[in-house]
Amino acid sequence: MDMNQYLEVFIEESKEHLQTCSEQLLVLEKNPEDLSIVNEIFRSAHTLKGMSATMGYEDLANLTHKMENVLDAIRNSQIALSPELFDVIFLAVDHLEAMVMSIAEGGDGKRNVKDVVHQLEMIEKGESPFSSTNAEIAAASAVLEKKEMIAGEYDEFEWTVLQQSKDQGFNSFEISIGLREDCLLKAARVFMVFEVLEKSGEVIKSHPPVELLEEEQFDQQFTVTMVTTESGEEIKKKIMKVTEVDQVVVNAIDLECVRHEAKSNEDNVTEILKQESNDALLPTDNDDKKKQTPVKPASSKTIRVNIERLDILMNLFEELVIDRGRLDQISSDLDNQELHETVERMSRITSDLQTIVLNMRMVPVETVFNRFPKMVRQLARDLNKKVNLEINGAETELDRTVIDEIGDPLVHLIRNAMDHGIETTEERLAKGKNEEGKILLKAYHSGNHVFIEIEDDGAGINKDRVLNKALSNGILTKETAATLTDKQIYELIFASGFSTAETISDVSGRGVGLDVVKNTIESLGGTVTIDSKENEGSIFLIQLPLTLSIISVMLVEIQNEKYAIPLSSIIETAIIKRADIMNAHNQQVIDYRGKVLPLLFLKDIFEVPISQEEEESLSVVIVRKGDKLAGLVVDSFIGQLEIVLKSLGNYLTSAFAISGATILGDGQVALIIDCNTLIH
Amino acid sequence: MSEDMKVIVFQIMDKEYAIPVDKVSGIEKLLHITRVPKTVKFVKGVINLRGVITPIIDLRVRFGFEEVEYDESTRIIVVFLDDMEVGLIVDSANDVLDIPVESIEPQPEIVGHLASEYISGVAKIEKRLLVLINLEKALSLEVTENMLREG
Repeated sequence: MDMNQYLEVFIEESKEHLQTCSEQLLVLEKNPEDLSIVNEIFRSAHTLKGMSATMGYEDLANLTHKMENVLDAIRNSQIALSPELFDVIFLAVDHLEAMVMSIAEGGDGKRNVKDVVHQLEMIEKGESPFSSTNAEIAAASAVLEKKEMIAGEYDEFEWTVLQQSKDQGFNSFEISIGLREDCLLKAARVFMVFEVLEKSGEVIKSHPPVELLEEEQFDQQFTVTMVTTESGEEIKKKIMKVTEVDQVVVNAIDLECVRHEAKSNEDNVTEILKQESNDALLPTDNDDKKKQTPVKPASSKTIRVNIERLDILMNLFEELVIDRGRLDQISSDLDNQELHETVERMSRITSDLQTIVLNMRMVPVETVFNRFPKMVRQLARDLNKKVNLEINGAETELDRTVIDEIGDPLVHLIRNAMDHGIETTEERLAKGKNEEGKILLKAYHSGNHVFIEIEDDGAGINKDRVLNKALSNGILTKETAATLTDKQIYELIFASGFSTAETISDVSGRGVGLDVVKNTIESLGGTVTIDSKENEGSIFLIQLPLTLSIISVMLVEIQNEKYAIPLSSIIETAIIKRADIMNAHNQQVIDYRGKVLPLLFLKDIFEVPISQEEEESLSVVIVRKGDKLAGLVVDSFIGQLEIVLKSLGNYLTSAFAISGATILGDGQVALIIDCNTLIH
Repeated sequence: MSEDMKVIVFQIMDKEYAIPVDKVSGIEKLLHITRVPKTVKFVKGVINLRGVITPIIDLRVRFGFEEVEYDESTRIIVVFLDDMEVGLIVDSANDVLDIPVESIEPQPEIVGHLASEYISGVAKIEKRLLVLINLEKALSLEVTENMLREG
């Protein structure tokens, strides 16, 4: 069967299931007594396992299977939850994510996951894979291992069967069967082994369960528990006769040991129950629980649409809008009342439709925010700090194009807040703060923009240190330093000179690579500002346009050609007299508020065919790239306009100083000037 | 039984050329072309083709012929090539022909001024001589970039 057609769906759904796993694991870590959460994680893992096995991604299925086993044990209260246990499961989820990513990028989804598989197996066996003394224990109890392994695995019913069989004079064995590595039909061998066993006695339990064995969902090894009147040696001989069986280990089950283990498991359960009842006394926990339980995701009635199809829809739509403009013109020329009304109605419908088409590209910012709780958890553990991440307004919607770009800058800022903003527990206590640091990630709409705030209650920024560093780096002079406001000083940490030096991180507390963050956000047409109070914390405020596909531009005319200049790079427009132009070493400049501003004559740069007389005064658009300014000389300003951004396509990738194009109301194409390449 | 190949026939400088019809997505009358500064000479600019910005190549310039004013019969043949949509300006285009595959002959050494690497073959049908264009070569980005570098 050709699986390619399902691949996209598989990848999307896998991502969703993994996201659910991560989210629910975080919830579970906060409410370890709520085992219904485990069920949810288990379901996601189970579906993922099934899907990946169907698609033929064995490694993926295998690791998920191991994780599922552990989850199952947690669900049945056979394993107690611990932070280390969560670490391993999170690690497994990380690996799974990496595998899915690899598949999405056209890879085979293979990955070396030996370590985590081993850890999961250890946990499953009820051992601790974490402590350093672990190896010793393992060595010392090599003999015991088997028994321990079984011990945790029998439920009350199975245990009773074992007990009764023993009373009736049956022997109980636990048999590990290893198949040869090149074994082709594993399921067939399993079947043969079972046939042999069932002739000699009764199989009570197998691990993995029979269904999985039949589906070949196991490595080379499986274990069965049986009761029989025959001896262990006899059974071993019989099984060894089955072809492709590599090794057989038969262990008699010590029922005393089993009972002991089962009892201690019971103890565990009672302990958990005790904890639960204790927690119930705390009102806050109770509230938390109430919040958690009723949330059952309603089945959403949505379909997935490829973004390219939406682009096509949008293109067709613009055609319609352009034709609407023409119809408008014709109807006003003809002056027919009926035609008037029809065209007006059509106008209204098209503008409604346009809003809908644009809205379809909107995605909740949740898709980006989702990955942060896990990241913060891991970072907090790595840094040995206590941090609580609060997310607000995750449902705020942004255009898909912006969503794709905004993730990395946010990761950067949150890491920064975690690493340098939030103090260690001791420092916080010494300062009289709550020992748990807080990061608030907030998104909201305002006008035509989306705002994202990252607020922490950490150490804040030390002004003097930033200033000193900026002075010693030569980013600013003493004179200008004296004139700066607090905010301007904080903004210095975005300067590119600040980013490279590693020592910065302990000076300002921030500044590693923040210029990259600023650049990315500005390339999206957004801005980032910062506010801080020493010892109280900092806020980064990011302002983003709702969509990248629509931008505001200034339309200008150069001779007979029209060009668009993005408003985001324009400072202002000015009319200057030709007589005011000065020459500075082959470069024409003007005096702009005391600054020397280079002039760029677009008609020369773009080699525009000349068709009009030159005038005495020049129209100049003053643009910026970072803190550098330049004046673009044009013939006239047409006005400000919202345009739909289009690419020039793959064929014209090398067009100079042009970042794209747009279609004007009359159906003609206007090119968009890329100010960044014009200013060096 | 002989296989036929369906082609679009167009004229440049009184010569007839052909492109396989499956590469062509449409033939348009001349639309307003927006000049793109500082690109190769044969790229005349871009047009708005039903909402898609499409680059336009003047085949006369591409083949090294003399440029002429565009007129009523000038056509833009829109072709698809590796995900790219490109418009070709030709003097006129008005024919779709089935040519038997066996009538296609390998390219002669020289055909007029046309650099022969852009030709995949010639076909003689009755008294007409059709020059089959190798689009991949004629529009090759590599060649385009080289030309850009050479100015």
